[in-house]
Amino acid sequence: MDLELMLKVYPFFLQAAWVTILLSVLTALLGLICGTLGAAARLSRFAVLRFLGAAYVSVFRGTPALIQLFILYFGGPQVGIQLDAFQAGVIGLGINAGAYMTETIRGAIIAIDKGQREAARTLGLSRWQATYKVILPQAARLMVRPLGVNLNMLIKATALVAAISVVELTYTAQRYIGSTYKPFEMFLLAGLLYMIIIYVTGRGVAWLDRRVQIT
Amino acid sequence: MTEQTDFVEIRHAQKSFGTLEVLKDINLTVRRGQIVGIIGSSGSGKSTLLRAINDLDPLTGGEIWLDGVQVNKKLPHRQYEKHINAMRQQVGMVFQHFNLFPHMTARENVTMAPMLLKKISREEADALAREQLDKVGMLNRIDYYPSQLSGGQKQRVAIARALAMKPKLMLFDEATSALDPELVEEVNMVMKQLAEEHMTMIIVTHEMDFAASVCDRVLFMDKGVVVEEGPPEVLFRNPAKERTREFLRKHLEGAK
Repeated sequence: MDLELMLKVYPFFLQAAWVTILLSVLTALLGLICGTLGAAARLSRFAVLRFLGAAYVSVFRGTPALIQLFILYFGGPQVGIQLDAFQAGVIGLGINAGAYMTETIRGAIIAIDKGQREAARTLGLSRWQATYKVILPQAARLMVRPLGVNLNMLIKATALVAAISVVELTYTAQRYIGSTYKPFEMFLLAGLLYMIIIYVTGRGVAWLDRRVQIT
Repeated sequence: MTEQTDFVEIRHAQKSFGTLEVLKDINLTVRRGQIVGIIGSSGSGKSTLLRAINDLDPLTGGEIWLDGVQVNKKLPHRQYEKHINAMRQQVGMVFQHFNLFPHMTARENVTMAPMLLKKISREEADALAREQLDKVGMLNRIDYYPSQLSGGQKQRVAIARALAMKPKLMLFDEATSALDPELVEEVNMVMKQLAEEHMTMIIVTHEMDFAASVCDRVLFMDKGVVVEEGPPEVLFRNPAKERTREFLRKHLEGAK
């Protein structure tokens, strides 16, 4: 193993890691927005919205994220969607992550005992007031850990955007393999950096989860 | 409205879940300040009837009136929501499993709805929480979370929460059924105290002794109908119907 080479290229990988982090943060935010809307649709009292929510989830969980990225990035221009690789990466992965988060958020909401809503409604709260005063604060606490799992998956899924040439960690590793012919060292370095990102994120989620629990 | 008027009036209440008819043409009137107990085996429809009064389980037929206003009147969705929220503010409900909000302290459980719906200030809400929690003997636990309270204490906070909306009517849905036997009395005491204050109450219960001691009138329900009703001393000591006698006999055996 060529440790010297790894140390030499390491700063460039670090730079690429920042791109991966930025990609992850933006994807996570877009995913949360899509997931919240998706869950709201799936739990709506309108059948049309419930159907749309369910369709969103089954389409985006039912096809490979890589295909979704390809359709958006390579197929997009054909139907008038012009995005650069980074934009396509964030939007494609964000919508994909949103489908998984839809189910996470919905799961947490329906896990709240129905007596909670009933108690709120009998006091005179409206449907929406019961939701945001009673249901969501409890569901939010239940969501932290499973959303952390979604986040973990999403960070690893950012490696896919190397396929549409976003210069993030995986793409950088591939590029350096081209000039060094050392795939073992290059992928190892990339893997190590992914692990650090995921470890730190995981600790952050665990910390948040402890913080929000009711005494 | 005079004191003599029927305060709660249920006319021809009917409720079906699919083909299963759980309430069959029920009629019931409760006067202001009256305390009515409903007894019966599980599946008799007694909880369904109680929950219909504030529309948690909407009726499929019949009418419910509260203080001269029809609760379940036909309105377009938006208007109905507004109407039912206003009606529910006047009716307090206490559940078998308390349904306290676990993310709020006793104080917050009591003040949340009045602050949100009656727009009272924090100071007023605070005074209200102290007053209501004191009334149920829970003032010393005002900043405790539900998870830090015993079952009996939870139920007393739940009663305080309902009372904080200053309801005209209180509904109790087997309020002591989920409690350990030694905790039942503290909740019964609070309910008795409400009775002394002439709160109008409808109490679904399995406790015959308690029903006998606080209720002005007791209804025995079976298979979706009111089999018999009357003052507790008559219904418990000298029931007219065979089904009532059988239920009471079984129940007393079970209690031994």
